[in-house]
Amino acid sequence: MRSAKRKLAVAALAGVAALWGCASTGGGGGMAVKSSSGIPLGATGPHAVQPLPDKPRFGKPVSEADLAAWNIDIRTPDGLGLPAGRGSVAEGKKIYEAKCIACHGAEGKGGSVYGTMVGGIGSFKGSPRVLTPGSMYPYAPILFDYIRRSMPMDRPQTLTANEVYAVSAYLLNLNGLVPANAVMDAQSLAKVQMPNRDGFLIDDRPDSKAVRCMTDCK
Amino acid sequence: MAERKHDPVAHSRRNFLRKTAALTGGALAAGGAARAAPLPIQSVSQEPGRVIEETAYGLPSKFEAHVKRRRTDVFKNRQNWSDWSMTPLQHQPGIITPNGLIFERHHAGTPDIDPKTHRLVIHGMVKQPLEFSMENLVRYPSVSRFHFHECSGNGLTDWLKPASSTVQQTHGLLSGVLWTGVPASTLMEEAGIDPRGKWVLFEGADSSAHARSIPIEKVLDDTIIAYAMNGEALRPENGYPVRVVIPGWEGNVSVKWLRRIKVGDQPWHLRSETARYTDPMPEGKWRQFSMVMECKSVITSPSGGQNLRGPGFYEVTGLAWSGAGKVRAVDVSFDGGKNWREAKLEEPIMDKCLTRFKVGWNWNGSPAVLMSRAVDSTGYVQPTVQDLTKTRAIVGFVQHHNAVQPWTVNAKGEVRNAIGQA
Repeated sequence: MRSAKRKLAVAALAGVAALWGCASTGGGGGMAVKSSSGIPLGATGPHAVQPLPDKPRFGKPVSEADLAAWNIDIRTPDGLGLPAGRGSVAEGKKIYEAKCIACHGAEGKGGSVYGTMVGGIGSFKGSPRVLTPGSMYPYAPILFDYIRRSMPMDRPQTLTANEVYAVSAYLLNLNGLVPANAVMDAQSLAKVQMPNRDGFLIDDRPDSKAVRCMTDCK
Repeated sequence: MAERKHDPVAHSRRNFLRKTAALTGGALAAGGAARAAPLPIQSVSQEPGRVIEETAYGLPSKFEAHVKRRRTDVFKNRQNWSDWSMTPLQHQPGIITPNGLIFERHHAGTPDIDPKTHRLVIHGMVKQPLEFSMENLVRYPSVSRFHFHECSGNGLTDWLKPASSTVQQTHGLLSGVLWTGVPASTLMEEAGIDPRGKWVLFEGADSSAHARSIPIEKVLDDTIIAYAMNGEALRPENGYPVRVVIPGWEGNVSVKWLRRIKVGDQPWHLRSETARYTDPMPEGKWRQFSMVMECKSVITSPSGGQNLRGPGFYEVTGLAWSGAGKVRAVDVSFDGGKNWREAKLEEPIMDKCLTRFKVGWNWNGSPAVLMSRAVDSTGYVQPTVQDLTKTRAIVGFVQHHNAVQPWTVNAKGEVRNAIGQA
């Protein structure tokens, strides 16, 4: 917070004579400026922010318990946030056939609206790359997070934790990543090793070296 | 009389008939005069126009009805909830996109959210989780800033060969907006960020619950919790009643219909930042957290699908922008990139904002290949597709296409997309 306070103070001093609103000079910046996690930030401050002499505070305190129904994110590399509950491949198949098959087709092979959710493992070095949860997701808890927040498309955020575990188990099984008798819960889901776990590189742009040639180029 | 005035259809039909009669009469009477066609008094000059309505929301002229957002005509989605529509850049002068023409990208359609019941919360690694009503959000000291807004997928159908015919289809996932809202840092500071907090999750209230992890440095730098755009409340399709705006970064991180902000010490690695919104790289790899939209430009006039009306003067104009700073210069080539001329940049030139460039051109009637190339304040020069293929894998739906866009003009004056060809 110290840096945020300093930023506000600097902005308050600089901002008095500045035009409110219009992005300011942009200060330093470019792709070389990175977050503590190494993510390129692009241009950074200082930015004109109105000074807050009296620090208005209009937020109403709430408890984490009050937010339980909204608190649906899973930190997928380690599964932090996965709830209690469990579901089997067999249970998942039943739920899938009732609630998912209309768009995604039998056994996740693609249906009236969406393409396949099965296969593609090993396809990324060729073309086309076949993107499925099995081939693409680096961490298995992404299945739980995404199914719970967004699926089924006509009634998202209505499945129980057991149902979400079960559908996750079924899709992992269809992709050959867990056996047919697998049961997924907070512990077992986070332990499933996904083939694309090491498939990602952090943003390393700029990755082009174009030059500003003006005459007789190429 | 009163009835006539309130019947715009009858009114215009009558005007049309009069206009026709006047034009015919004028033509007949023109022989031998100094002017071949004396200008008649237009009928609109001879009768009152429409009355001022008691209350109204103004709409464009009926003669501008062709200026519309359009869904992609290249890639046909089999449903239209998770889909996109594009801004008609060929019809946009200046650097601001009217609210009704700002591009759309939703993952589960547009919700209609009642601001009276909407709540935004901040929680996770904070001293005190907080809840904000819209009534309270608008009481904070506000900022208004001009920024470009561009989808990471802008141009994804047109890398190695032309698929789109117009600039609306090649570049229309782009808009220029004046955003108004509360600096995210104001609300974050009120909640009190745990020093271990390094990443911030933004999540929507729509039924996709779209969410993204953002480094806290960017959130505290220039991120806005926005409730207004271009002088009015956000449009429903752009996040009403409140969204986050993360300037200069790919559009989808600016989560719409914002309901939740959570502070954590690591990124979440959600589907939206692993299986989607990542870039294919050689050796089967994927580039992740590539969120800055790098420097780019495009000529909007003349552009694909337009026709030049014979040799003569044309103002060649377009847009340039950079998520890494300001636009420093734009060069335009008329011979497919062999020779370039520096275009004039029109003020204002703002950080992470659309910048308008213009250059005069006397077309001699011969085939030409027009292209623009922008340079930003970091010195980065907009690459060609060839440049990008040296480091990236162009396979499937490739994001972050900021390459030079060529348009060919043939001897008939027809302008065509020539991506990958010139």
